[in-house]
Amino acid sequence: MPMTTLAGTDVDVDAEGFLTDASQWNEDVAAEIARAEGIEELTDRHWLVVQVMRREFAEKGTGPAVRALGKISGVGIAELYHLFPKGPAKMAAKIAGIPKPRGCI
Amino acid sequence: MPDRIVILGGGTGGTIAANRLRRSLPEGRADIVVVDRDDAHIYQPGLLFVPFGMAAPSRLVRSRARQLLRGVELVRHAVDAVDLGAGTVALDDGSTLGYDVLVVATGATLLPDETEGLTGPAWRRTVHTFYDMEGAAALAGALARFDAGHLVVAVMDMPIKCPVAPLEFSFLADWWLQRRQVRDRVRLTFVTPLDGAFTKAVCNRELAGLLADKGVEVVTEFNTGTVDGEGGRLVSYDGREVAFDLAVVVPLHGGASCVARSPGLGDPLGFVPTDPATLQSKAHPNVFVIGDAADLAASKAGSVAHFEGEIVAHNIARFLAGEPLDARFDGHANCFIESGFGKALLIDFNDEVEPVPGRFPGPVGLPLLRESRLDHVGKLAFEQIYWHVLLPGRSIPGVPSRMPLAGKRLAAAAQTAGS
Repeated sequence: MPMTTLAGTDVDVDAEGFLTDASQWNEDVAAEIARAEGIEELTDRHWLVVQVMRREFAEKGTGPAVRALGKISGVGIAELYHLFPKGPAKMAAKIAGIPKPRGCI
Repeated sequence: MPDRIVILGGGTGGTIAANRLRRSLPEGRADIVVVDRDDAHIYQPGLLFVPFGMAAPSRLVRSRARQLLRGVELVRHAVDAVDLGAGTVALDDGSTLGYDVLVVATGATLLPDETEGLTGPAWRRTVHTFYDMEGAAALAGALARFDAGHLVVAVMDMPIKCPVAPLEFSFLADWWLQRRQVRDRVRLTFVTPLDGAFTKAVCNRELAGLLADKGVEVVTEFNTGTVDGEGGRLVSYDGREVAFDLAVVVPLHGGASCVARSPGLGDPLGFVPTDPATLQSKAHPNVFVIGDAADLAASKAGSVAHFEGEIVAHNIARFLAGEPLDARFDGHANCFIESGFGKALLIDFNDEVEPVPGRFPGPVGLPLLRESRLDHVGKLAFEQIYWHVLLPGRSIPGVPSRMPLAGKRLAAAAQTAGS
C-alpha cells in the first residue's frame, strides 16, 4: 500500500489517492486533498458535507451515494455538485478520508 | 405465557426469519406472527428473465402463507406504523398488535417518482424497469418490438437491490438481440453512478473485457437528475446527456413507507439503522432487522437475507433468554451473474473479502468469477432451492452462513492490493 505525506502527516493511500485508514485523517489533510482536487478553500458547507461523510462511514462502513448524501446532509443535489464539481459522492469521500463508493463487484 | 414475535413482511427475509424461529425455538416458547398486506410472494431473481420471455410472470408468484411452516400465523394487513415505546404495531384497520420482539423485514421500495420525469408520459412506453412484475412484463412487450436504435440500461443511484442485475440485463440483452439477428442495428450502453461497471479491483481485472467483448458501452459517474422521456435523453446533475430510444432504468430505492411513519425506527431514506454483526436495530433492543430493510453496507440480496436468517434466529433466542447476543454476521453474499449464451459466473464475498477467483464452496465446487455453463445451470437450479431450502429456513448443505475461505484464491486480492 503506497504511503504519502499530506500536510505533514504520513497517510496510506490507494492507487487513486483515497486514504485507506480513515483514522489517519485530519482537517489539514482534508484541505490539502481538496486543493489537489481543485477546491482552493473548504467553506462551512464543504465541512458540513465532509462531516456527514465521516459520520456515515463510521456508522455504516461505507459513505453515502449522492441522493442519500443529499437527504442526510440537507444539502440539495445541485449545491452538492456546486461544492464538489467532479461528483459529490466520490470527491467528498476522498476529502473526508474514507474509501470511494463501490458496488459489490 | 409464550412471548410474541411479530415479523413485518412476508418476503424473503421475513419468511426465512419466521421459519428459522419456528424450527429453533421450543414448542410453546413463542407465538410467531408475520404481517403482510397481500399473499403474493414473488421470486424476485426471476424478474430479470421476464423481459426476454424466459420466465412467465405467473410462474414466479406463490402464496406467502404456504411458504410459512405450521405454527406461524400470517396476518393479512398493511402496517400503519410501529410504536417502539409501547411495543405495538398499528395496522391499517385500526387494530394494534403487541410484540415482545419485532423483526423488521419490510424490504426496499422502488421510488421512481423521486427522479424528475421518470414516470412521465414515456413511462412504460420507452422508459421501463424490470425491478417489479408490472414493469418486467411491460418491458417484455417493448423489447419484442425493438429491433433498432439505442438501448440504455441506467442505474439512478445506489443502493439498489441485487446490484449485479443491471449488468446481467445488459449481458442478456446482447445475447437476445444477437439471437434475433438485430444486434448490429442496436447500440447498447450501460450507465452507472459509480466510477466503473466493476468497482472492486479483482473483478475489474478479471471481468473488464466482458463488456467490451459484448460491445456494451459504459458511461460512468452519471447521476441522472432528469429523465426526458419524450426527448429520449437522460440528463445528469452535472449537465451531461445520454440519448436513448429505449431506456431500462433501475429507480431509486428507499425503505418501506411504514418505517418512515414509525418515529425513531428509520433513517432519512427509510432504512433501519442496524448493528452489522448482531442484526439488532439501533432503535430499540427488542427490534431486529433482516434483509433489504437494514441500512447495512452488505448487498441488498436474497442470499444476504438467507445467511442473516441463522444469525437473527439465534440472537432472538438469546435475547428472549436474557443472554448476550453472540452470533455475528460477516456480510456474506453469494450471487450467480447471468452473462448470456447459457453461461453465468458466481461471486461469493463478505464485508472483508472481495469477490476473487477460485471455486465455491470448496476446492471442487463451482467456478468463481469466471464464465461457465456450470454456473448457469446453478442459477437455474437456484429457483427450486429458493422455494424448498431457503424459504423453509434450512441451510444449503456445504454452504455456511459464514463466508468460506477454502477454494478461494485470496492471493488474487493481495496481488491487487499490493500493486
